[in-house]
Amino acid sequence: MLTLQSGLKLGPITLAYETYGTLNADRSNAILICHALSGDAHAAGYHAGDKKPGWWDVMIGPGKALDTNEYFIICSNIIGGCKGSTGPASIDPQTKKPYGLSFPVVTIKDMVVAQKYLIDHLGIKKLLSVAGGSIGGMQVLEWSVLFPETVRSAIVIATNTGHTAQQIAFHEVGRQAIMSDPNWNNGDYYGKVNPSNGVALARMVGHITYMSAESMDNKFGRQLIDKERVGFDFSQDFQVEGYLKYRGDSFVQRFDANSYLYITKAADYFNLAENKSLVEVFKRTAEFFLVLTFTSDWLYPTHQLKDMIKALKINDVDVTSCEINSSYGHDSFLIECNEQESLVKNFLKKVRKEKKGHA
Amino acid sequence: MTARLDYTIIADLVACGTRVLDLGCGDGELLALLRDRKQTRGMGIELDEKAIYSCVEKGLTVVHGDIDHELADYADKRFDYVILYESLQQVLHPEKVILEALRVGKNVIVGIPNFCQLYARYQICFRGKVPVTDELPYQWYDTPNLRFLSLKDFRLFCRARNIHIQKEIAIVKNSRVTFFPNVFANIGIFLLSKEQK
Repeated sequence: MLTLQSGLKLGPITLAYETYGTLNADRSNAILICHALSGDAHAAGYHAGDKKPGWWDVMIGPGKALDTNEYFIICSNIIGGCKGSTGPASIDPQTKKPYGLSFPVVTIKDMVVAQKYLIDHLGIKKLLSVAGGSIGGMQVLEWSVLFPETVRSAIVIATNTGHTAQQIAFHEVGRQAIMSDPNWNNGDYYGKVNPSNGVALARMVGHITYMSAESMDNKFGRQLIDKERVGFDFSQDFQVEGYLKYRGDSFVQRFDANSYLYITKAADYFNLAENKSLVEVFKRTAEFFLVLTFTSDWLYPTHQLKDMIKALKINDVDVTSCEINSSYGHDSFLIECNEQESLVKNFLKKVRKEKKGHA
Repeated sequence: MTARLDYTIIADLVACGTRVLDLGCGDGELLALLRDRKQTRGMGIELDEKAIYSCVEKGLTVVHGDIDHELADYADKRFDYVILYESLQQVLHPEKVILEALRVGKNVIVGIPNFCQLYARYQICFRGKVPVTDELPYQWYDTPNLRFLSLKDFRLFCRARNIHIQKEIAIVKNSRVTFFPNVFANIGIFLLSKEQK
């Protein structure tokens, strides 16, 4: 039974997780990967029958930045999610029905506390690193300050220490899209009709924020869908319209509407500097930080992390930062990127080499 | 591997096991040398993205940012040495940067290209051209250098600001210059501190 940040209790809790590589004898090579909004525990490799590999397969595998020949990689689905961990679609043991909206609102901190049980269960006292981007990056930050003694290094990618008005605003549009779908039915749609239109619309808006104007132009420009000229009606004309529709529709197949509400809410509530300054927040944290952002990421721009880097510097934390030049917007961290791979690989090499407590 | 003379000179100025901040650390060659020879705990600030990758590859700690802004984040006397090697002439507010460097560092090592070296003087006086030399290879239209100074200019600046020059070493190509350095040296390396030590 977990006491949540809201004061409510949740339990028993199931956490779905996958691991890659082998835990070494002294259990010092474990790295926890935290996933973003729509991710899951399946971070790398293929499941039987899969067309696509796990969501961070570009980074995790033999010889890759998160080298499974060297490291033991753990990735768990967050609570509130819908990919095997306890979330609003899970069965409430009290009522024997899906939780729906009776599922308590969870926070990034709650997600991290749940993950800590998993790390304890695996017998790991110290994680070599915790890594993640976007909402995964928020979990990394939470890990680094909530369990500083457990986290040796933090790899923080394309995220923020607290959600801004604009970031909250886009999430709210997504939530409103879902909640205004009549099939949503106050969250009680399990075994009935899925609020597919709402979920698809939420994903379409989200997807726009994950891309950059440049990457959209490069991919679609003004190209039309199998037609010579525009139709002068409201059918889809442009390829970008078809693409968003496709992304929305395919998301419906794999994601629970209520989970979307809960996870976006958790991100919006995230604010490390709520009660104290960032300098105070990072007084006790991981020894090493790697902070990565991308030039074209307008959703989580580089300048928003300046204050955090400053707070780390003031607290004498070993921090390396880089704004990587990429045109793919917020999604850059999920896409094959030599720069990100090289930085993560070499950063981990350094963390592994440096003795603990080095002046 | 034999290191460059200028880097060796700087390494000789730095005490073992100290904390070093390299402003405009480039690909991190100097920081790595100091770490390997003097067991320093170093970190760099660098604006060029590609240079950051080289630094991290060498196992260094580096913040992607610009010298003019990043220094304010550090507490007083946070480092034993702050290094401004061939970067001072490229910053927007050099005076502010030096004073800030002297605030966060107990010692400051400055390396500047000498714009009044003999060959540069020859080009100005006899060819009527702004100097282009091995150390200053840029044309007026593509130079990253914003400031043009000589070793003498720098000494006068230090005197006017009450900055103590503990040591001055001048070099040309791969040897030291003691004879009229302001005329013959192409690089001057200064070890500075706020107060006389």
